[in-house]
Amino acid sequence: MTATLLLIQTLNGLQFGLILFLIAAGLTLVFGVMDFINLAHGVQYMIGAYLIAAFSAWTGSFGWGLVLALPTALAFGLLLEVLIFRHLYERDHLDQVLATFGVILFLNQGVKFVWGAAPLSVPVPEILSGSVEIADGLLYPVYRLAIIAAGLLVAALLYVLVNYTRVGMLVRAGATNPQMVSALGVNIKRLFMIVFGFGAMLAGFAGAMVAPILSVQPGMGDNILILAFVVIVIGGIGSIRGAFLAALLIGLVDTIGRSFAPNLLRLVLDPSAASQTGRAIAPMLIYIFMAAVLFFRPSGLFPVKR
Amino acid sequence: MTELTGTQTAPAPSSGMRIDIIPIILFAAFAAAPLLASASGAEGYVLSLLTRVMIFGLAAMSLDLILGYGALVSFGHAAFLGIGAYAVGILASHGVEDALIQIPVALAASALFALATGAISLRTKGVYFIMITLAFAQMLFFLATSLGPYGGDDGMTLPTRSLVAGAGFLENDYAFYAATLLCLIGAYLLSRAIVTSRFGRVLRGTKENAVRMEAIGFQPFRFQLAAYVVSGMIAGLAGCLMANQAEFISPAFMTWQRSGELIFMVVLGGLGSLHGAIIGAAAFLLLEEFLPEMLHAASFFLNDDVRWRLTENWQMAFGPILILIVLFARGGIMGVLRRGSHG
Repeated sequence: MTATLLLIQTLNGLQFGLILFLIAAGLTLVFGVMDFINLAHGVQYMIGAYLIAAFSAWTGSFGWGLVLALPTALAFGLLLEVLIFRHLYERDHLDQVLATFGVILFLNQGVKFVWGAAPLSVPVPEILSGSVEIADGLLYPVYRLAIIAAGLLVAALLYVLVNYTRVGMLVRAGATNPQMVSALGVNIKRLFMIVFGFGAMLAGFAGAMVAPILSVQPGMGDNILILAFVVIVIGGIGSIRGAFLAALLIGLVDTIGRSFAPNLLRLVLDPSAASQTGRAIAPMLIYIFMAAVLFFRPSGLFPVKR
Repeated sequence: MTELTGTQTAPAPSSGMRIDIIPIILFAAFAAAPLLASASGAEGYVLSLLTRVMIFGLAAMSLDLILGYGALVSFGHAAFLGIGAYAVGILASHGVEDALIQIPVALAASALFALATGAISLRTKGVYFIMITLAFAQMLFFLATSLGPYGGDDGMTLPTRSLVAGAGFLENDYAFYAATLLCLIGAYLLSRAIVTSRFGRVLRGTKENAVRMEAIGFQPFRFQLAAYVVSGMIAGLAGCLMANQAEFISPAFMTWQRSGELIFMVVLGGLGSLHGAIIGAAAFLLLEEFLPEMLHAASFFLNDDVRWRLTENWQMAFGPILILIVLFARGGIMGVLRRGSHG
């Protein structure tokens, strides 16, 4: 029983971690390359979910919805970049925090304005519905496996893109020393735009992928944004590899912690106290973890070398 | 950072007198407001709104102490509001209803939390500091949501407002207003004394250039930590008042959005002047109060459905206001006042 539960929770944690990675990847790039702290990254995830809800309802198919939602999420990210974020790159972090907080306030209410406050639901696509037997008598939803696969695929794609293409090289160089990249004649503004748009699209993709298993509602990006920040801070700002490992770590620690903390505590406490404390400690685990990491490694586990 | 805040906080000796009039006017207005409130006919409403303004003013001012004077962007200041509120709530639910016990406990708890988290957070710089303060606040938030006996997610109603030495006069809204005003003035004077002292100058020095301060023999860490603790304690006091005013506590007191709003208030008012933060809090809360009506009136040209939805989602307007302030109105309300007074 415990072994199968552990397996299921590990898969759930993996899936959660990969979703976190999709969001954190854009965030850490934007942060690393532009030194820009973008709180509004979470609403881009929310926008992705709303777009898939709207487009899949309109076209009647999740696939077509995704095809339409991704470029729209990209365009929306670019629009925000041109209208607001571009003017903030030169500002200090406080200004960036505030202005992007303003974007959150606006868009969280904005989606209510357009779609209403009630949560929307997106049906799981036909081919990916149902469950599959992954071990003896153990069923796991196909769609969640699909999320894991998609996440791993995007991670691999990013790895190739960042490490083996010219744009990737510029991004890595930009994360290390943007002034030098600019001095060498690279249009750094355009590079910023590409990175930003790409990050927004990844967050939108994450939102679209989870839309069928979560309810699509205003503010859904807020908590995941904080988690994504935890991920990039633990991973080391600007490091994709760090973000990937930290995202999986956080996903697993959070998911497994929530289901096993009470059980583990039962070894040292009496049952009722254990379940009390377990439930209290589980959601705090990742923050304790982050504080511990920063205590010993103030710039994260995989800091970008400068 | 240095460019923005440096120009604001550098106390120009020539204009010092003129600027110091503002807090006197501010506190005089708060003191006179109850008289007007009783004349307005809606005294309960006016009093509770203004009490709320003062409580948030207290919290925003405490944040200004480290943000405006120490450039420490704490994105978890709402945690201290939560500590103060839960100290009152938890003690009250165990029968300890006297503020003379509740407040010292709240202050001690805030100080301890600030000391522990500050010691870790201040090891980091810049954005890592922002994130780690946020993480600690989230930790407390989730802890509060799991406190089943004290309401968990839903929060908990307090049986009564705090007693003072066994007397229940805070139940009277006027008395509570006066007590809040006293706390605000007391905390203001204390903060003012701190920032004008040698300690405050060192703190400002670390904001401008920590390396240089170190080179001339100060340890920035100690000063920043001390300021962080004081700031946390003042915010904890604001939390006590907040719980008492609402006669209710809930984890919602310490959401990260609340921390963001506190930063908003400080920047709206103007960084690094203490009373600017109070003015910012007032502006924020009054805006929050009257924005729905203002939006409704301003959107007369739209059809009823859109108009209704706009009024319903009035918070939407906050976002653009905040963005415009950041982009164009540097120095916030105090900055505007200052520019005005310089012609």
